[in-house]
Amino acid sequence: MLRPLPRNPLRLNRTDMSLRDKIWQINWSLIAVLTAISCIGFATLYSAAQGSLEPWALKQMIRFVIGMSLMISVAMVDLRFWMRNAYILYAIAMILLVAVEVKGTVGMGAQRWIDIGFIQLQPSEIMKIALILSLARYFHGASFQEIGRPIFLIPPLIMVFAPALLVLKQPDLGTAMMLVMSSGALFFMAGVRIWKFVVVIAGGLGVIPVAWQFLREYQKKRVLIFMNPEDDPLGAGYHITQSKIALGSGGLFGKGYMMGTQSRLNFLPEKQTDFIFTMFAEEWGMMGALVLLGLYALLLAFGYAIAMRCRSQFGRLVAHGITTTFFLYFFINTAMVMGLVPVVGVPLPLISYGGTAMLSLLFGWGLVMSAYIHRDVPISRRGLGDD
Amino acid sequence: MYHDNDRAKLFNRRALILGGGKAVLMGALAARMYYLQVMEADKYTVQAEDNRISTRLLAPPRGLILDRNGIAMAVNQHNYRVMVVPEQTPSLDYTLDGLARIIPVGDGDRARIHKEMRRRRSFVPISVRENLTWEEVARVEVNAPDLPGIVIDVGQSRFYPLESLGAHILGYVSAVSENELTEDPLEELPGFRIGKGGVERIYDLALRGKAGTSSLEVNSVGRVIKELERKEGEPGVDLNLTLDMKLQEYAAQRLGDESAAVVVMDIHTGDVIVMASTPSFDPNAFNRGLTGEEWKDLSTNPRSPLANKAIAGQFAPGSTFKLMTALAALEGRDISPDMRVFCPGSLQLGSIKFHCWKKEGHGAQDLVGGLKNSCDVYFYEIARRVGFERIAEMAKRFGLGAPSGIDLPGERPGNIPNKAWKKKVLKQPWHPGETLINAIGQGYVTATPIQLATMTARLANGGFAVVPHVARDLVTEKSARPRSAPDWPDMELSRQSITLVRKGMFGVSNEPGGTAYKARIVQEGMWLSGKTGSAQVRRITMRERETGVKKNDQLPWKERDHALFVAYAPEQSPRYSIAVVVEHGGGGSVVAAPIARDIMIEVQKRDLARVAEAKGVDSGAPASPDLRRF
Repeated sequence: MLRPLPRNPLRLNRTDMSLRDKIWQINWSLIAVLTAISCIGFATLYSAAQGSLEPWALKQMIRFVIGMSLMISVAMVDLRFWMRNAYILYAIAMILLVAVEVKGTVGMGAQRWIDIGFIQLQPSEIMKIALILSLARYFHGASFQEIGRPIFLIPPLIMVFAPALLVLKQPDLGTAMMLVMSSGALFFMAGVRIWKFVVVIAGGLGVIPVAWQFLREYQKKRVLIFMNPEDDPLGAGYHITQSKIALGSGGLFGKGYMMGTQSRLNFLPEKQTDFIFTMFAEEWGMMGALVLLGLYALLLAFGYAIAMRCRSQFGRLVAHGITTTFFLYFFINTAMVMGLVPVVGVPLPLISYGGTAMLSLLFGWGLVMSAYIHRDVPISRRGLGDD
Repeated sequence: MYHDNDRAKLFNRRALILGGGKAVLMGALAARMYYLQVMEADKYTVQAEDNRISTRLLAPPRGLILDRNGIAMAVNQHNYRVMVVPEQTPSLDYTLDGLARIIPVGDGDRARIHKEMRRRRSFVPISVRENLTWEEVARVEVNAPDLPGIVIDVGQSRFYPLESLGAHILGYVSAVSENELTEDPLEELPGFRIGKGGVERIYDLALRGKAGTSSLEVNSVGRVIKELERKEGEPGVDLNLTLDMKLQEYAAQRLGDESAAVVVMDIHTGDVIVMASTPSFDPNAFNRGLTGEEWKDLSTNPRSPLANKAIAGQFAPGSTFKLMTALAALEGRDISPDMRVFCPGSLQLGSIKFHCWKKEGHGAQDLVGGLKNSCDVYFYEIARRVGFERIAEMAKRFGLGAPSGIDLPGERPGNIPNKAWKKKVLKQPWHPGETLINAIGQGYVTATPIQLATMTARLANGGFAVVPHVARDLVTEKSARPRSAPDWPDMELSRQSITLVRKGMFGVSNEPGGTAYKARIVQEGMWLSGKTGSAQVRRITMRERETGVKKNDQLPWKERDHALFVAYAPEQSPRYSIAVVVEHGGGGSVVAAPIARDIMIEVQKRDLARVAEAKGVDSGAPASPDLRRF
């Protein structure tokens, strides 16, 4: 799966790597898997447009090319640069989130976008990465003793919940959940005691009735409909019901490429974005869906392998954090279209049509790749070279 | 290096835990896929097909109705109609308002559409107006873009080319009413009509045919993408009747404006060749929709044009019933054929005097003479000896007092009373005088023309219990197959009694002095034998008898006698029986008998076998193979 370790690790174990060394270290297998998944996305978008590159597939390809360049650029940048600038990136993301709150363009019934001229920016996507970088930096230099002190955990908790609450207010329940969950994984990996998680989760469950009050009407409805979609098969439960019909009718081997009746005849809602997995599974059946699941699993394995091979805690935490975020993306999306969790509006990573998600995901994988390239670079407590 | 090795170990340990957790969650995803896509696949496949495919019914053409020679009596015509599909309209009223600006749409139509919309699913088109003219069709088509949900459709509507001729036998078709709904999916079709009377009703299921289906692929808003499969339905079974519409036309003309009924039937097969009831109505009017005035005219007319008097008109049979009294007496051996009864003009029974129709009396009468002269006193006397119970029994054997079993709806049973009946219905004992009155077909005895024709047929065919029918073939829900050779039960009457009664009937029509001698058939080989009847509908008081009984034409129509005549022909080898009833027509011999004579001449003229026998080749009679069934 991964190429064998270079013969002479000492060659990489130094503060300054030449660009040539770095290029030599690019993990082409990872790129191949990412490209394979994206190609499945193009094909599905082509089918969603009933056999046309317009309006989705072509744009998605262009974004993929841009995203790939971005990813390799990010991978080339020294991991220590990302560590040094983690808090700055976080601050920028936070400012953007507040800006969205103050003056956002309303899209999809929620204030999620900010128009900065040439691109519609989704600050919550940036925050997903900035938060991982910042937490990784925070925990990078922490000793067990420090982590064991509850007071030490308060700043990172604030770092997590401030943006999470802002995102929830937009309202974007899916992203807020992802921020909290991927951060939780990061806390766990940093070495926070398990009993503390138990306390927080128990407390969280206690807060649910209070939080329920803050949910928007449509969010409450989605949760209630999730509990019992048959209550309202033509109303709000329509999406879930039609999605399940599409999936189920696909069967083991699917209806064939471009032959999905549910999607072709528009019974399936949002088939190019949130429900694209349903469309894919309708046309390719369980076998196709398992292949896709396998590719995602492969990607996860890459992420874990890279994380475990990093010499720096920062690299480990970043690689793992990005991998976990990616996992949350596809798990929540597929579980939601299969009726396992409420419909919360999380796209299927690399496949759903959408620019910001594609770019931010590939940016994230660029960081993982950077962690891979710089796996043997020792990082000091403050993000410098040796110490 | 801040215990980096320890941290790496912890990280790896925890990475395994979290990675394991993720693997479990992915396993859950795969399991869910298995559940949805393998275990529940069949259920969801059906649901996806339900989503995708909308099945529409194709109305099969209704079976034609033809007379015995193939003359079309009921056909299907193209009918342009405008329909609305509620689910495709922004609002039903919006679309109807738009339509009303182009073609007239009545308020009644609107109310009906709203009512139907509630009953049907919203994608089922509802008929707004039928029978559009070409100009109206064009106007709607031109404005189609502004009329969402409006569809022009070519349907078929029933048309009866012969109009009022045979209307009672045909019946009519009209929309299904709520309490008539069955499981047949055809009834969901807009503008679908079912038979509501006559053979249209009796053979409705066969005439309907089987619906075809068109499977359409539709998208989530119901727009048709393409037709996937088309299964043509089975057209309805064509129905051949035994009626001869040429003769029917003649009979209807001959009856004219009278309120009357004629039945001519084949005494061996039971084929009803003529069944006319006048006045009649135009069944096309029902399909078009009657105006209030038309309906009022039809329903309040004292001559009841809507009723089929041939099967639903119950009349006192009058003297035609004497045939039954005579047979009962002969079969019971209560009288000898030669026994004479002296008729002085009346018969005293207890304190009541029963009059003969001939005030002066007939003198001595035997059975044949009694029938020929229709002597009431003769029949009073033999009825007194036989008793009405046995006369009633004989009448019932001949099909009176119960529906004949003809394949038409709405047949009435008539009435043959007896002691038990009177006790049960009127809660009174039977008076001896009533035996006398009922024995001459007055009193409580009533019969329908079809019963009288059947009775005569059974007499003419030598005592076989023939049952009349109007459909040439045995029609089931799916097919029509020829009737098997008639095999009617033998009524086990003695040949002698039948011969005697027929001899009396011969005398009625063919011997000078017979009550219908003036209405005899003179053509050789066509002679008919019959029995007249004049049924009184009012009581003649003593006072009136003294001052002279009023003639029928001096009375108001409602009080005049019913004129009846039953007969069979030809005398030598009987083939047809006829019953004529003219309601309030007057005397049987002067009103009913000539009608019967004229019709029977026409019937026999059209008898192909006879024509061929007489001239060697066919001459003028239609050379249809159906006619050989005569």
